[in-house]
Amino acid sequence: MIKLSNSSVLKIEEICDRYKDEPTPLMMILSDIQNEYGYIPLEVQELVSRRTGISVAEIYGVVTFYSFFSLTPKGKYVIGCCLGTACYVKGAQQVIDKFSEILEIKPGETTKDGLFTLDALRCIGACGIAPAVSISGTVYPKMSVDQVPKIINEYRSREAQA
Amino acid sequence: MSLVNIKIEGVSYQVEEGLTILEAARACGYDIPSLCAFNHGECNQGSCRVCLVEVTGARGLVASCVYPVNEGMDIHISTPKATEARRRSVELLLSNHNQNCQQCDKNGKCELLHVATLTGAREGAFAGVHSETHLDLLAPGLVRDTSKCILCGRCIARCSNAHGMGILGFENRGFRTFVSPAENRSFADSPCIQCGQCVNVCPTGALMEHSEIDKVDAAVKAGKHVVIQAAPAVRAALGEEFGYPVGTPVTGKMIAAMRRLGFERVYDVNFGADLTIMEEGTELLHRLSDGGVLPMITSCSPGWVNYAEYNYGDLLDHLSSCKSPHQMQGAVIKSYWAKQMGYAPEDVFVVSVMPCVAKKFERQREQLKVNGLDDVDAVITTRELARMIKRAGIMFNRLPDEEWDQDIMGDYSGAGVIFGVTGGVMEAALRTVYFKLTGKEYGKIVFEEVRGHDAGIREASIDIDGTTVSVAIASGMKSAKILLDEIREGKSKYQFIEIMGCPGGCINGGGQPYVRNCFLPNEDDNILDTYKEKRAKALYSEDERQVIRQSHNNPQIIELYDKYLGEPNSHKAHELLHTTYAAREGFND
Repeated sequence: MIKLSNSSVLKIEEICDRYKDEPTPLMMILSDIQNEYGYIPLEVQELVSRRTGISVAEIYGVVTFYSFFSLTPKGKYVIGCCLGTACYVKGAQQVIDKFSEILEIKPGETTKDGLFTLDALRCIGACGIAPAVSISGTVYPKMSVDQVPKIINEYRSREAQA
Repeated sequence: MSLVNIKIEGVSYQVEEGLTILEAARACGYDIPSLCAFNHGECNQGSCRVCLVEVTGARGLVASCVYPVNEGMDIHISTPKATEARRRSVELLLSNHNQNCQQCDKNGKCELLHVATLTGAREGAFAGVHSETHLDLLAPGLVRDTSKCILCGRCIARCSNAHGMGILGFENRGFRTFVSPAENRSFADSPCIQCGQCVNVCPTGALMEHSEIDKVDAAVKAGKHVVIQAAPAVRAALGEEFGYPVGTPVTGKMIAAMRRLGFERVYDVNFGADLTIMEEGTELLHRLSDGGVLPMITSCSPGWVNYAEYNYGDLLDHLSSCKSPHQMQGAVIKSYWAKQMGYAPEDVFVVSVMPCVAKKFERQREQLKVNGLDDVDAVITTRELARMIKRAGIMFNRLPDEEWDQDIMGDYSGAGVIFGVTGGVMEAALRTVYFKLTGKEYGKIVFEEVRGHDAGIREASIDIDGTTVSVAIASGMKSAKILLDEIREGKSKYQFIEIMGCPGGCINGGGQPYVRNCFLPNEDDNILDTYKEKRAKALYSEDERQVIRQSHNNPQIIELYDKYLGEPNSHKAHELLHTTYAAREGFND
C-alpha cells in the first residue's frame, strides 16, 4: 500500500470538495486528480470514496473504463498512437507495433526507466494526417514505420543531454 | 391510480400507468423472458436484451423491462421478429458463457438456462473467442466465477440497495468487462462482509456459496462423530426447495431428512439461541447496572460483525461479547456433550446448517477457537442441505415428521425460534430481561412493537416495572449505518440495539433458497415482495406452538447451567461462549 502524504490527502480532499454541489461529480474529480498527479491509484480512490460516498468499486469501474485515467504512473513522454478507422487503414497498427518492439512494452505499459508510456488511442480527430501519433502534446502527422526509431532516439538523446 | 388502455397480442387490457411493458404483461398473464430486470426495477438496465418485444409504431424492438406502457400501446410478444430477436439475445449471452451446466450447482435454478430453453437457443450459434475469465475461491463465504457472468448488474444493485456498500462494480469496458470488487480483488481482500445477498440475486452460477459439502463427506468417511445442527430460519425456507409453498415450516421433515443422512445427532440451534439469550441478557443487565458501554449491540450476525470490524473499529466495545448461537452450541457439543459421550473433542465434527454464507467465514475466526479447536467444522447453507438430501435420494415430501434428538439439548423455547427474523433476538432478550428485572413473566409474552420482516429501522421504549429500556432494530447495513453514526456522534438514545446483516434478518439470508417468479409458478406475482413476511410468519407460528416461550424456562438450559456452566457470564461460560473483535482494514494487501 502506498502511504499518501498529508499534503496529498488535503489536496485530494480539496479536489473532491470543488464539485460537492454537482449532481454527478465523479468524472470531474477524477479528471482533476489525473491532471494533478498523472495517475489514480487505489489508495486515492479510497480517499475519494470516503469523501464523496461513492463506492470504491464504482470509482474503479470508471477509472478502468476511460483510457484517459491511469492506475499507474505514466512515463515522462506519453506516446499516443491513434488506431481510429482512418489511421488504422493507413497502417497505424504497424506503427504501434514498431514502438512496442523497440521500447519492449505493450500498449498501456511504461518503460522501466519511466521515460515512455505507449497508449493506443481511439480516433483523435486528425484523420486528415493519418496515421497520427501524439507524443506529450506534439502531433506527428503521416507516420511511417521507418520514422519510429528516429523519433524514439530524438527523445532519448534529448533526455541524455538534459 | 390512473389506468391506461393497451393491447397485448390484439387483446385490450387496462393496466396501471407507469408500469413497464414487462410488468404490465405479467399482470395480464404473459411472462416475457427476462434476465437483467429484477423486482420492480431493483435492477433495470435493459442490458441483456432478452425481453425484446414489438410495439406498433416504435422504432425497432423495445426492451420491455425498461419501456413504460402508454395509452393505446399495441404490444406483440410472439411475432416471428420478436421471438427470433429474443433467441438471438440469449445465444449471444451463451456465446461468452462457459456452459458447463451439468457440473454447475445452479442447475435447476439457473435463469440463463431457463431463458435458453424458453427461447430455443441453438448450440454454438455464435462460436468465437471468449473474454478472459476470473475465478475467486479465496473467500470462505462465496465464490465468484466470471465465466458464468452475463453482466446483468443485479449483484451490484443488491449490494448497494441492501447495504449502501457497493463492493461489486463493472471493471474495464467492452469485451473485457467483468464484475468484481475493485482491482479484481478477492472478496477476502476487500471490505465485503460476505453476506451473500449478491448470491441471492445472481441469475446464473457466477456468484455462489463456497460449498462445504465435501468437508462433511470427508468427516463422515474419516469416521468422526458427526453432529448436525440447524438454525431457526432454515425450517422456514427449506420446503421451497421441495415444492412447498413459500412460508411452509418443514421442521419435522427436515429433522427426519438430516437423520437419514446419517448424522450421529440432530440438534436444533434454538438451544444455542436460548443459551445466547441467557448470556446476552445477563450481559445487558450488567452493562445497565454497572455503567457499562451502551447501547449494547447484538453479535449473532457474522455479516454485521464483519461490517463493524471493517467500518466501525472504534465502536467494537458496543458489541455483545457473546458468540453467535451455533458457535455457542458447537462449543457445548465439543465439551459438555463429548464428555458425556466419552469422546475426545478432536473426534467430534460439528456441521451447522445455516441460512447464511457469512457463517462459513465466521466459523474460521481465530477468536472463536476453544483450546485450539473450532466450535464448528463445516457450515452448509439451506440450499446445500437440500442438495445433500436430493443427492441421497431421500424423498423429502414423503418423510414423516420427526423430533430433534433429546439427550442434552433437545428442548427449546419459542424465543429461540424467532431469532431467524429481524427483531427476534431483541424480543427473545426482552422476554428474559423482563423476567430477570421483575421476577415475573411478561404477561403478553409477545413484544409486538419490535416485530417486522423487512429492512429499515424500528424502535421502541419498553417499560419494565418503571425502568424504561429504549431499543432499536436494524437489518441491512444501510439502516445499521444510521444507528451507528448516531452512536459515533454521541447522539444515540438507545440501550440495546439488534443488528442483522441481511435485510429482514436470517429468513432472507444469503444461503436461503432462491426466490424467482419463473421457478415458483404457483406463487403470487408479487412473491418477491412477500416471501420475507411469509417466512417470518412460519417462525412466529412455531413460537406460538411452543409450550415454553422464554429462554430462561428451557429445562435443559437450566440443567446445563446447574451441571456445567455455573451461572450466565461465569468464568466457564466466558471460556466457551464469549469472544472478542478486532478492527480490520478493508483493502488489505
